Amino acid sequence: MAKQVLNFTVNDEPAEVLVQPWDTLLDALRERMGLTGPKEGCGTGDCGACTVHVDEKPVASCLLLAMQARGHSVRTIEGLGKPGALHPLQDAFVRHGVPQCGFCIPGVIMAAAALLAENPHPTEEEIRYGIAGNLCRCTGYTKMLAAITEAAGAPVGRRS
Amino acid sequence: MRRFELVLPGSLDECVKALAQAPADSKLLAGGTDLLPQLKNGLLKPACVIDLSGIPRLRSIEAGNGQGLRVGSAVTARTLELDRAVRANYLSLAESGALVGSVQVRNLATLGGNICNAAPSADMAPPLLALDAEAVITGPKGERRVPIAAFFTGVRRTVLAPDELLVELAIPNPGSHSGGSYLRHTPRRELDIAVVGVASQLTLANGRCAKARIALAAVAPVPVRATAAEQALEGQAVTPDLIKRAADLAVEAARPISDQRGSADFRRHLVRVLTRRTLTTALARAGA
Ligand SMILES: Cc1cc2nc3c(=O)[nH]c(=O)nc-3n(C[C@H](O)[C@H](O)[C@H](O)COP(=O)(O)OP(=O)(O)OC[C@H]3O[C@@H](n4cnc5c(N)ncnc54)[C@H](O)[C@@H]3O)c2cc1C
Ligand code: FES
Ligand code: FES
Repeated sequence: MAKQVLNFTVNDEPAEVLVQPWDTLLDALRERMGLTGPKEGCGTGDCGACTVHVDEKPVASCLLLAMQARGHSVRTIEGLGKPGALHPLQDAFVRHGVPQCGFCIPGVIMAAAALLAENPHPTEEEIRYGIAGNLCRCTGYTKMLAAITEAAGAPVGRRS
Repeated sequence: MRRFELVLPGSLDECVKALAQAPADSKLLAGGTDLLPQLKNGLLKPACVIDLSGIPRLRSIEAGNGQGLRVGSAVTARTLELDRAVRANYLSLAESGALVGSVQVRNLATLGGNICNAAPSADMAPPLLALDAEAVITGPKGERRVPIAAFFTGVRRTVLAPDELLVELAIPNPGSHSGGSYLRHTPRRELDIAVVGVASQLTLANGRCAKARIALAAVAPVPVRATAAEQALEGQAVTPDLIKRAADLAVEAARPISDQRGSADFRRHLVRVLTRRTLTTALARAGA
């Protein structure tokens, strides 16, 4: 079975990669493009560690075939902010010392970023609902909630 | 994951042709939230997978003026959760969409996938039954329509032939004096499968119930209507006492099993409670 050519946009840049028909989007990003921000926790949609944005919506990249992203725009944690120009959520996560092992964090931040883009001033309940699909084995979520609450409403692209 | 060939049709016609030519064990892929786990764990080993994501018609929602709703099979649970036309007149469907998985799952999970996967616990099925939806199916022999209540034939079995696909769900507009509600019980609030789910829809005329629909999930191999309860409501003024009686009657439609999620007795109890609650909400919404 021949590889297929995947043309899409990744972190605002046009990209072309060869993928196997059975590669997931997560496989393509990690194994073929070296974008290791998104992680494989479960591979079955339960943990959210693989969360990326497709056309600005958060999805579990372990549950979509790479070729299903053809023609679409994908954003990973690598394309959310840059060193020196962190996304307000990244900035808040650093200052609150949220990450422990860090494995879940890119997924949590991508889920939270999608939430804030849609709803800039969420209630605590809305934040909890927005990250309900993200499991963290370390933090207990308390600092996460504090950091997301603080980042809510701060202007995008603020320098840290 | 096992290897397979991946076909990427760009239109419904191309898809029907691809499906007709593909090996019999081929699988259609919508959001992949049921199919990919089944491919990963080896439950399914198709030689060929046909992706529906490139077919624009399957992703469209149309709410014509008074004409009812047409929901493409590949419309996502997240779209149903948020769509204004769906929320305005088909609220139980929006409520069921909002309960599927997490937001990361709902942005992938489709209505068609939920129905075609035909799990007894499928959350979006009861609202479709309560709203008298019809499944629009196409294949090499053309299009046919099947009432949603006849679409399911068993656990993970439907009326679809191997060379057919679900195009859309056609839902008549229940009208402005109608209200609906969907509730389910899960031990965990998010990312859990319904122990029982109940959708109710009540349509009022001159202070009485003109039409009642109650549909139950996860209490039989397929989603079922509670017809005795519906009949008890129709033609009557709906009082709290009548709702209680209807909830008792709804239990008779349930044929629950005992499994790790709950005993048959607990499921019958849940049918009673959730029927009462959804009818009470449906009544308030029909009057509002
Ligand atoms: C973490 C997680 C949580 C979940 N939570 C819930 C929940 O709370 N409630 C719930 O009901 N479900 C839940 N699910 C199951 C699943 O998300 C839903 O059933 C979803 O709607 C399936 O849609 P899909 O587009 O992903 O289907 P797919 O996986 O793409 O397809 C499912 C099946 O339907 C067939 N199919 C799809 N489209 C068509 C079509 N147009 N014509 C013919 N056949 C078709 C496919 O061949 C396949 O056999 C959950 C899944 C996950 C991974
Ligand atoms: S790895 Fe995708 S949800 Fe867990
Ligand atoms: S910080 Fe370790 S899993 Fe969340």
